[in-house]
Amino acid sequence: MPPGEEQFIPQTRLEPRSELPAPAADAPALTVRNLSVYFGANHVLKQVSLDIAAHAVTAIIGPSGCGKSTFLRALNRMHELTPEAHIDGEIRLFGDDIYSRQVEPVVVRRRVGMVFQKSNPFPTMSVAENVTVGLRLNGIRGRKVLAERTEQSLRMAALWDEVKDRLHAPAVSLSGGQQQRLCIARALAVQPEVLLMDEPASALDPLATARIEDLIVQLKKDYTIVIVTHNMQQAARASDYTAFLYLGELVEFGTTTKIFTNPSQKRTEDYVTGRFG
Amino acid sequence: METHFEMELDSLKQRLLLMASHAETAVNQAVQAFVQRDHDLALRVKEDDRIIDQFEIEIDDLVIQLLTKAPLAANLRLVTVAMKISQNLERIGDEASKIAKRARDLSREAPVKISVDLPRMAAMALGMVKAALDSFVNRDPAAARAIIPRDKEVDALNKQIHEALARHMVAHPDTIGRCLNWMVAAKSLERIADHAKNVAEEVVYLCEAQDIRHAAGKNQGSPAPAA
Amino acid sequence: MTAPNHRWRQFKSAVVQVLTLACAILVITPLVLVFYHLVRLGFSSLNWAFFTQLPRAEGEVGGGMANAIAGTFILLAQAALVGLPIGVLGGIYLSEYGSSHGNWWIRFAADILNGVPSIIWGIVVYALLVVPMHGFSALAGGGVLGLMMIPLVMRTTEEVLQLVPGGYREAALALGIAKWKTIVQIVVRTALKGIVTGVLLALARVAGETAPLLFTALGNQYWAHKLTEPIAAMPLQIFIYAIGPYDDQHRQAWAGALVLLLLILAVNIGVRFLTRDRFQKPS
Repeated sequence: MPPGEEQFIPQTRLEPRSELPAPAADAPALTVRNLSVYFGANHVLKQVSLDIAAHAVTAIIGPSGCGKSTFLRALNRMHELTPEAHIDGEIRLFGDDIYSRQVEPVVVRRRVGMVFQKSNPFPTMSVAENVTVGLRLNGIRGRKVLAERTEQSLRMAALWDEVKDRLHAPAVSLSGGQQQRLCIARALAVQPEVLLMDEPASALDPLATARIEDLIVQLKKDYTIVIVTHNMQQAARASDYTAFLYLGELVEFGTTTKIFTNPSQKRTEDYVTGRFG
Repeated sequence: METHFEMELDSLKQRLLLMASHAETAVNQAVQAFVQRDHDLALRVKEDDRIIDQFEIEIDDLVIQLLTKAPLAANLRLVTVAMKISQNLERIGDEASKIAKRARDLSREAPVKISVDLPRMAAMALGMVKAALDSFVNRDPAAARAIIPRDKEVDALNKQIHEALARHMVAHPDTIGRCLNWMVAAKSLERIADHAKNVAEEVVYLCEAQDIRHAAGKNQGSPAPAA
Repeated sequence: MTAPNHRWRQFKSAVVQVLTLACAILVITPLVLVFYHLVRLGFSSLNWAFFTQLPRAEGEVGGGMANAIAGTFILLAQAALVGLPIGVLGGIYLSEYGSSHGNWWIRFAADILNGVPSIIWGIVVYALLVVPMHGFSALAGGGVLGLMMIPLVMRTTEEVLQLVPGGYREAALALGIAKWKTIVQIVVRTALKGIVTGVLLALARVAGETAPLLFTALGNQYWAHKLTEPIAAMPLQIFIYAIGPYDDQHRQAWAGALVLLLLILAVNIGVRFLTRDRFQKPS
């Protein structure tokens, strides 16, 4: 095993979730301390600190360009895909420093999964192949295991009943809402601990959106979820905690109820009541 | 530049204030009719109550419309508080109507000689109503909190008046009918004061997001950002 | 909106339509003419002998282009062996790795190479391969065609890979899949049809190159028994016959030209067929 990986729970083994050591009940899933992100000389995120609670849904809201997606992508080191990006500060996943030099981004991303705004099932693969691609390309090939995980993940993504008879149909033959749930199933198949969602329903019609929101609330029993959204009603419906980012700074963070009924900061109040943004 | 939504919220506030002034006027006129035994004024109060009822329907409608637009934070509190205040104002109007009815009944009979200070009680209740509405207009939670203990004074005065009327009825059984009317009027004034207190509690919620109804320590407060 | 205005606009619209139709017809015309000529002049010479026999000695009637046809395939096979891996891997590097500055220079070089006249390629490979090997050879012929393919395949591969939406790469990386696996199993697999198309079209292009072969493969009246011998190829043979004095040679040249064109046509049609849209997506 590469150095440094010993400290992580190996993600390519197949222990069912219940056998993984459970973290302390109120330990936060992610602790972010003084996170700053720079794109070249551009200071995009400024000293953001907050705790993401485990088994809860945290929403990140704010006007366009405030850094919400940047923040989300820092949580699984996806910002490293941009060459000029660099980071200051610390992020710990259940106590493990995800930016430590001994940790490879690949390992982090297996523990912190991501679903994107535009659903992107791989076009050359079938539904089942898409679900298991994360497992197969990481060395897990047992047919029985893959079949079990496929069903399990599709059930968790509330898609099993709709596709169980066409697991081998091309993934792109599904509707938009189904494709997005397929991407969720694909992310869940590698059994991450945290699931990040970047505006997961913004490209969907209201019915599909409602199903995704419902799914999010269901999933938090087993996962920690962080969702970026520009739709405040969605944040109000689906999340337990909300963070308001503005111009790269964390303006306010608290329970969703408080942020939307009685925020402490005037800027939050102004944003939430639509006076700007 | 005000958004369309903000203009609609403003319109809600305006309707509410209009309804409030009608309710205030109703109480004023009802008490006046009672004390001055003015039959015609009393009749007018009863008719004007219909207007107040219409306001309640209209404001409830506006509130539902605004709720479909999913207001948040202070706007959400404003909309729900508006609904409650309009309810309380409608009841104040009803109580004023009741006072007016008693005034009409009394005006047909001979006046009764009781030294009962109904006008003072009326003034106290009216003062509470006015103060509550002012605190809404000025968004002044401290002023709203100050109204709440005054309700106890009105209650005490009501009890006093009640006892005085009871003694009078025992002493002069031929005045029982008329004294009962006075009791009902006093009771209505006590209720009006209660509703004014409710309005004050809603104003505190609107400004500070604190629900002080049915709570023990009603004089503490924590500041919240100006809405 | 008065009536005369409307009619004037209709007239202008019709004029443009007619003009563009005329131009479209003009574009297709040369192809039709070429085909017609080749078929008219070459079809009658296509017989079993043409495809199976070696050329006869000068002046004699009959014989065929069997060695040239085989030679072309052998050269193309060698070219693919060189051009495919280097070109595709180079394209992958340009698209997925490298720095924007360095890649700019590589692309610049490739684009220049794509514009180099083929005869210069021939001369260069003559100096590089023919001289040290002390002779013309099939290897040199395959080599020059392969080298010509490289910048072509590299650029088309890169362009096709760039067309793969970034979302797929991100999704794969977000699943914790290593970068190289992402590129091979997801990106290249998605772009595979395009890459194959690019390779096939590059092959079809170099199949018709004559000038470089003059300096490398040279041509051969007989079968080449080793790759270090000169080898016949169709464009070469057509050239030699066409400038020769004998009518029979001219006849065979026409036939050879027709076969070559049909070969290239077959590749193009084959590519179109393979890359057709097979799925009707529900909206």
